[in-house]
Amino acid sequence: MSVPDTARWLDGNAAGGLLVELLGADVTGAPRTCGSCGQTHAVASHRLYQGAGLVLRCPGCDAAALVVTVTDSGRVVRMLGAWTLRLPTG
Amino acid sequence: MERAAVLGRLTWTVATVAERVEETAQAVTIALDVPGWPGHVAGQHVDLRLTAEDGYQAQRSYSIASAPEDDGLALTIERLEDGEVSPFLTQEVRPGDELELRGPIGGHFVWRSTDGGPLMLVGGGSGLVPLMAMLRHRAHSGAVDVPAHLLLSARTWDDVLYRDELAEQAAVHGLEAHYALTRAQPPGWEGFARRVDGDMLRAVGPPPEAAPRVFVCGPTGFVERAADALVALGHRPAAIRAERFGATG
Repeated sequence: MSVPDTARWLDGNAAGGLLVELLGADVTGAPRTCGSCGQTHAVASHRLYQGAGLVLRCPGCDAAALVVTVTDSGRVVRMLGAWTLRLPTG
Repeated sequence: MERAAVLGRLTWTVATVAERVEETAQAVTIALDVPGWPGHVAGQHVDLRLTAEDGYQAQRSYSIASAPEDDGLALTIERLEDGEVSPFLTQEVRPGDELELRGPIGGHFVWRSTDGGPLMLVGGGSGLVPLMAMLRHRAHSGAVDVPAHLLLSARTWDDVLYRDELAEQAAVHGLEAHYALTRAQPPGWEGFARRVDGDMLRAVGPPPEAAPRVFVCGPTGFVERAADALVALGHRPAAIRAERFGATG
Protein backbone atom coordinates (compact mmCIF):
# COMPACT_ATOMS: atom_id res chain seq x y z
CA MET A 1 0.00 0.00 0.00
CA SER A 2 1.46 3.31 -1.00
CA VAL A 3 0.15 6.77 -0.21
CA PRO A 4 1.84 9.54 -2.18
CA ASP A 5 3.36 12.49 -0.32
CA THR A 6 0.92 14.70 -2.18
CA ALA A 7 -2.13 12.91 -0.73
CA ARG A 8 -4.91 15.40 -0.24
CA TRP A 9 -5.94 14.52 3.25
CA LEU A 10 -4.53 15.73 6.54
CA ASP A 11 -5.41 14.71 10.04
CA GLY A 12 -7.85 16.15 12.51
CA ASN A 13 -5.14 18.30 14.11
CA ALA A 14 -5.53 20.66 11.18
CA ALA A 15 -9.21 21.19 11.97
CA GLY A 16 -8.41 22.25 15.54
CA GLY A 17 -8.87 25.95 14.93
CA LEU A 18 -12.22 25.48 13.21
CA LEU A 19 -13.44 23.14 15.97
CA VAL A 20 -12.64 25.79 18.55
CA GLU A 21 -14.66 28.23 16.47
CA LEU A 22 -17.59 25.82 16.39
CA LEU A 23 -17.45 24.34 19.89
CA GLY A 24 -15.54 26.86 21.98
CA ALA A 25 -12.86 24.41 23.09
CA ASP A 26 -9.94 22.49 21.64
CA VAL A 27 -11.28 18.96 21.18
CA THR A 28 -8.52 17.47 19.02
CA GLY A 29 -7.48 15.22 21.92
CA ALA A 30 -11.04 14.05 22.60
CA PRO A 31 -12.12 10.50 21.70
CA ARG A 32 -14.83 9.86 19.12
CA THR A 33 -16.49 6.49 18.69
CA CYS A 34 -17.52 5.77 15.13
CA GLY A 35 -21.19 5.00 14.61
CA SER A 36 -20.29 2.82 11.64
CA CYS A 37 -17.35 0.60 12.70
CA GLY A 38 -17.40 1.17 16.46
CA GLN A 39 -13.72 2.04 16.75
CA THR A 40 -12.67 4.91 19.01
CA HIS A 41 -10.03 7.35 17.83
CA ALA A 42 -8.93 10.80 18.93
CA VAL A 43 -10.42 13.56 16.82
CA ALA A 44 -6.84 14.47 15.84
CA SER A 45 -6.35 10.99 14.35
CA HIS A 46 -9.29 11.33 11.96
CA ARG A 47 -8.72 12.10 8.30
CA LEU A 48 -9.48 15.61 7.16
CA TYR A 49 -10.50 16.38 3.60
CA GLN A 50 -10.74 20.07 2.81
CA GLY A 51 -12.40 21.90 0.00
CA ALA A 52 -15.04 24.62 0.10
CA GLY A 53 -16.08 23.03 3.38
CA LEU A 54 -14.55 20.06 5.10
CA VAL A 55 -15.18 16.42 5.91
CA LEU A 56 -13.58 14.59 8.82
CA ARG A 57 -13.58 10.81 8.39
CA CYS A 58 -13.03 7.85 10.71
CA PRO A 59 -9.49 6.50 10.24
CA GLY A 60 -10.84 2.97 10.75
CA CYS A 61 -13.61 2.81 8.15
CA ASP A 62 -13.72 6.19 6.37
CA ALA A 63 -17.27 6.95 7.52
CA ALA A 64 -17.97 10.67 7.88
CA ALA A 65 -17.58 12.05 11.41
CA LEU A 66 -18.02 15.74 10.77
CA VAL A 67 -19.25 17.57 7.72
CA VAL A 68 -19.01 21.34 7.53
CA THR A 69 -20.62 22.93 4.51
CA VAL A 70 -20.20 26.60 3.73
CA THR A 71 -23.31 28.34 2.43
CA ASP A 72 -24.12 31.96 1.63
CA SER A 73 -25.78 32.43 4.98
CA GLY A 74 -23.24 30.60 7.15
CA ARG A 75 -22.02 27.13 7.88
CA VAL A 76 -23.97 23.90 8.16
CA VAL A 77 -22.37 21.49 10.64
CA ARG A 78 -23.25 17.78 10.89
CA MET A 79 -21.59 15.61 13.55
CA LEU A 80 -21.91 11.81 13.28
CA GLY A 81 -21.05 9.01 15.70
CA ALA A 82 -20.49 9.44 19.43
CA TRP A 83 -18.33 12.41 20.31
CA THR A 84 -17.19 12.58 23.92
CA LEU A 85 -16.48 16.21 24.51
CA ARG A 86 -15.51 17.76 27.81
CA LEU A 87 -16.10 21.44 27.47
CA PRO A 88 -14.83 23.28 30.52
CA THR A 89 -16.69 26.31 31.75
CA GLY A 90 -14.91 29.61 31.92
CA MET B 1 -9.21 10.40 28.25
CA GLU B 2 -7.95 13.88 27.60
CA ARG B 3 -9.70 17.03 28.57
CA ALA B 4 -10.37 19.69 26.05
CA ALA B 5 -8.22 22.72 26.72
CA VAL B 6 -9.90 25.92 27.74
CA LEU B 7 -9.15 28.60 25.23
CA GLY B 8 -11.87 31.03 26.04
CA ARG B 9 -12.81 32.42 22.70
CA LEU B 10 -10.22 31.65 20.09
CA THR B 11 -9.86 34.97 18.40
CA TRP B 12 -7.60 36.28 15.70
CA THR B 13 -4.77 38.38 17.12
CA VAL B 14 -2.36 40.65 15.34
CA ALA B 15 1.21 39.46 15.85
CA THR B 16 4.29 41.46 14.93
CA VAL B 17 7.28 39.88 13.23
CA ALA B 18 10.29 40.38 15.50
CA GLU B 19 12.93 38.47 13.61
CA ARG B 20 13.46 36.46 10.45
CA VAL B 21 16.11 33.74 10.21
CA GLU B 22 16.95 31.79 7.05
CA GLU B 23 17.25 28.16 8.12
CA THR B 24 17.81 26.52 4.74
CA ALA B 25 17.33 27.54 1.11
CA GLN B 26 13.66 26.62 1.50
CA ALA B 27 12.80 27.39 5.11
CA VAL B 28 12.63 30.50 7.25
CA THR B 29 12.01 30.92 10.96
CA ILE B 30 9.78 33.84 11.88
CA ALA B 31 9.85 35.00 15.51
CA LEU B 32 6.66 36.76 16.54
CA ASP B 33 5.61 39.10 19.31
CA VAL B 34 2.06 38.14 20.22
CA PRO B 35 0.30 40.41 22.69
CA GLY B 36 -1.34 38.37 25.47
CA TRP B 37 0.10 35.05 24.24
CA PRO B 38 -1.26 32.47 26.72
CA GLY B 39 1.67 30.05 26.35
CA HIS B 40 1.66 26.74 24.52
CA VAL B 41 2.56 23.06 24.77
CA ALA B 42 5.30 21.56 22.59
CA GLY B 43 3.72 20.09 19.45
CA GLN B 44 0.89 22.60 19.10
CA HIS B 45 0.27 24.77 16.05
CA VAL B 46 -1.19 28.14 15.18
CA ASP B 47 -3.36 29.25 12.30
CA LEU B 48 -2.11 32.19 10.24
CA ARG B 49 -4.43 34.25 8.07
CA LEU B 50 -3.43 36.57 5.25
CA THR B 51 -5.84 39.07 3.74
CA ALA B 52 -5.27 40.55 0.30
CA GLU B 53 -6.24 44.12 -0.57
CA ASP B 54 -9.37 42.86 -2.30
CA GLY B 55 -10.46 41.05 0.84
CA TYR B 56 -9.48 37.55 -0.29
CA GLN B 57 -8.28 35.51 2.66
CA ALA B 58 -6.00 32.49 2.85
CA GLN B 59 -5.39 30.53 6.03
CA ARG B 60 -2.78 27.93 6.94
CA SER B 61 -1.70 26.01 10.02
CA TYR B 62 1.96 26.13 11.12
CA SER B 63 3.65 24.18 13.88
CA ILE B 64 5.28 26.10 16.68
CA ALA B 65 9.06 25.58 16.69
CA SER B 66 9.91 27.25 19.98
CA ALA B 67 9.67 25.65 23.41
CA PRO B 68 7.15 26.91 25.94
CA GLU B 69 10.13 28.10 28.01
CA ASP B 70 11.53 30.27 25.22
CA ASP B 71 10.92 33.99 24.85
CA GLY B 72 8.57 34.77 22.00
CA LEU B 73 6.89 32.47 19.55
CA ALA B 74 8.83 31.00 16.63
CA LEU B 75 7.41 29.35 13.52
CA THR B 76 9.54 27.65 10.89
CA ILE B 77 7.93 27.77 7.48
CA GLU B 78 8.96 25.84 4.40
CA ARG B 79 8.39 27.40 1.01
CA LEU B 80 6.26 25.40 -1.39
CA GLU B 81 6.87 26.90 -4.81
CA ASP B 82 3.28 26.79 -6.03
CA GLY B 83 1.88 27.67 -2.61
CA GLU B 84 -0.41 30.57 -1.93
CA VAL B 85 0.84 31.58 1.50
CA SER B 86 4.30 30.12 2.15
CA PRO B 87 6.13 32.08 -0.62
CA PHE B 88 4.92 35.30 0.99
CA LEU B 89 5.85 34.20 4.51
CA THR B 90 9.29 32.93 3.53
CA GLN B 91 10.30 35.67 1.09
CA GLU B 92 8.35 38.87 1.71
CA VAL B 93 7.78 39.10 5.43
CA ARG B 94 10.13 41.43 7.34
CA PRO B 95 10.55 42.46 10.98
CA GLY B 96 7.83 44.92 11.93
CA ASP B 97 5.26 43.35 9.61
CA GLU B 98 1.97 42.30 11.13
CA LEU B 99 0.28 38.92 10.70
CA GLU B 100 -3.08 37.63 11.89
CA LEU B 101 -2.76 34.58 14.10
CA ARG B 102 -4.87 32.38 16.37
CA GLY B 103 -3.86 29.64 18.76
CA PRO B 104 -2.26 27.72 20.24
CA ILE B 105 -4.25 24.78 18.90
CA GLY B 106 -3.97 21.02 19.47
CA GLY B 107 -4.41 18.64 22.38
CA HIS B 108 -3.24 15.36 20.82
CA PHE B 109 0.14 15.79 19.14
CA VAL B 110 1.71 17.32 22.24
CA TRP B 111 4.39 16.37 24.75
CA ARG B 112 5.07 17.76 28.20
CA SER B 113 8.26 16.81 29.99
CA THR B 114 6.10 15.48 32.83
CA ASP B 115 4.66 12.92 30.38
CA GLY B 116 8.06 11.22 30.49
CA GLY B 117 9.56 8.99 27.83
CA PRO B 118 11.45 7.54 26.21
CA LEU B 119 10.74 9.82 23.30
CA MET B 120 10.90 8.52 19.76
CA LEU B 121 10.56 11.29 17.21
CA VAL B 122 10.30 10.54 13.50
CA GLY B 123 10.28 13.49 11.12
CA GLY B 124 10.11 13.96 7.37
CA GLY B 125 11.44 17.28 6.07
CA SER B 126 9.84 20.22 7.83
CA GLY B 127 7.91 17.68 9.91
CA LEU B 128 10.85 18.24 12.24
CA VAL B 129 9.37 21.55 13.42
CA PRO B 130 6.93 20.37 16.13
CA LEU B 131 9.42 17.64 17.11
CA MET B 132 12.03 20.36 17.58
CA ALA B 133 9.64 22.17 19.93
CA MET B 134 9.55 18.94 21.98
CA LEU B 135 13.35 18.60 21.96
CA ARG B 136 13.78 22.25 22.94
CA HIS B 137 11.22 21.76 25.71
CA ARG B 138 13.11 18.70 26.91
CA ALA B 139 16.40 20.64 26.97
CA HIS B 140 15.10 23.96 28.28
CA SER B 141 12.93 22.49 31.03
CA GLY B 142 15.77 20.40 32.40
CA ALA B 143 14.18 17.09 31.40
CA VAL B 144 17.30 15.74 29.70
CA ASP B 145 17.03 12.56 31.76
CA VAL B 146 14.18 11.57 29.41
CA PRO B 147 15.84 9.49 26.66
CA ALA B 148 15.21 11.01 23.24
CA HIS B 149 15.71 9.37 19.85
CA LEU B 150 15.25 11.31 16.63
CA LEU B 151 15.09 9.93 13.12
CA LEU B 152 14.95 12.67 10.52
CA SER B 153 14.45 12.07 6.84
CA ALA B 154 15.51 14.84 4.44
CA ARG B 155 16.45 15.04 0.79
CA THR B 156 19.98 16.35 1.32
CA TRP B 157 22.17 17.45 4.23
CA ASP B 158 21.52 21.08 3.33
CA ASP B 159 17.78 20.51 3.75
CA VAL B 160 18.15 19.50 7.42
CA LEU B 161 16.64 22.15 9.67
CA TYR B 162 18.35 23.23 12.91
CA ARG B 163 21.47 21.18 12.07
CA ASP B 164 23.83 22.92 14.48
CA GLU B 165 21.33 22.95 17.30
CA LEU B 166 20.63 19.23 16.87
CA ALA B 167 24.38 18.54 16.94
CA GLU B 168 24.64 20.54 20.14
CA GLN B 169 21.69 18.70 21.68
CA ALA B 170 23.38 15.42 20.77
CA ALA B 171 26.66 16.54 22.34
CA VAL B 172 25.29 18.24 25.44
CA HIS B 173 21.83 16.86 26.15
CA GLY B 174 22.15 13.22 25.16
CA LEU B 175 19.91 13.38 22.10
CA GLU B 176 20.34 10.35 19.84
CA ALA B 177 19.99 11.89 16.41
CA HIS B 178 19.88 9.81 13.23
CA TYR B 179 19.51 11.07 9.69
CA ALA B 180 18.29 9.53 6.47
CA LEU B 181 19.24 11.46 3.34
CA THR B 182 17.12 10.23 0.49
CA ARG B 183 18.38 12.17 -2.54
CA ALA B 184 22.07 12.95 -2.09
CA GLN B 185 24.64 12.34 0.62
CA PRO B 186 27.82 14.29 1.40
CA PRO B 187 31.18 12.53 0.87
CA GLY B 188 31.90 10.06 3.66
CA TRP B 189 28.25 10.01 4.80
CA GLU B 190 27.74 7.42 7.51
CA GLY B 191 24.04 7.90 8.12
CA PHE B 192 21.15 6.27 6.28
CA ALA B 193 20.79 6.83 2.55
CA ARG B 194 17.27 5.63 1.84
CA ARG B 195 13.68 6.30 2.78
CA VAL B 196 12.54 5.46 6.30
CA ASP B 197 11.68 1.77 6.73
CA GLY B 198 11.20 -0.82 9.44
CA ASP B 199 14.86 -1.84 9.66
CA MET B 200 15.85 1.77 10.14
CA LEU B 201 13.22 2.37 12.82
CA ARG B 202 14.40 -0.75 14.64
CA ALA B 203 18.02 0.41 14.44
CA VAL B 204 17.36 3.87 15.91
CA GLY B 205 15.18 2.40 18.70
CA PRO B 206 13.89 2.40 21.34
CA PRO B 207 12.20 -1.02 21.04
CA PRO B 208 8.45 -1.49 21.61
CA GLU B 209 9.20 -3.10 25.01
CA ALA B 210 10.52 0.26 26.22
CA ALA B 211 7.04 1.69 25.54
CA PRO B 212 8.29 4.89 23.92
CA ARG B 213 6.07 7.85 23.23
CA VAL B 214 6.23 8.01 19.46
CA PHE B 215 5.58 11.16 17.46
CA VAL B 216 5.63 11.08 13.67
CA CYS B 217 5.32 14.22 11.57
CA GLY B 218 5.76 14.81 7.87
CA PRO B 219 3.93 14.68 4.56
CA THR B 220 0.95 12.33 4.55
CA GLY B 221 2.68 9.55 2.60
CA PHE B 222 5.75 9.67 4.85
CA VAL B 223 3.61 9.43 7.98
CA GLU B 224 1.62 6.51 6.59
CA ARG B 225 4.76 4.53 5.74
CA ALA B 226 6.47 5.28 9.06
CA ALA B 227 3.39 4.55 11.16
CA ASP B 228 2.73 1.27 9.31
CA ALA B 229 6.36 0.22 9.83
CA LEU B 230 6.24 1.10 13.53
CA VAL B 231 3.10 -0.99 14.03
CA ALA B 232 4.73 -3.86 12.15
CA LEU B 233 7.67 -3.64 14.57
CA GLY B 234 5.27 -4.11 17.46
CA HIS B 235 4.65 -0.57 18.64
CA ARG B 236 1.12 -0.06 19.94
CA PRO B 237 -0.95 2.01 17.52
CA ALA B 238 -2.28 4.03 20.46
CA ALA B 239 1.28 5.00 21.45
CA ILE B 240 1.95 6.49 18.02
CA ARG B 241 0.80 10.04 17.51
CA ALA B 242 0.94 11.47 14.04
CA GLU B 243 0.66 14.84 12.38
CA ARG B 244 0.48 15.13 8.63
CA PHE B 245 0.89 18.19 6.50
CA GLY B 246 -0.38 18.62 3.03
CA ALA B 247 0.68 19.88 -0.33
CA THR B 248 -0.99 23.27 -0.05
CA GLY B 249 1.44 25.94 1.05
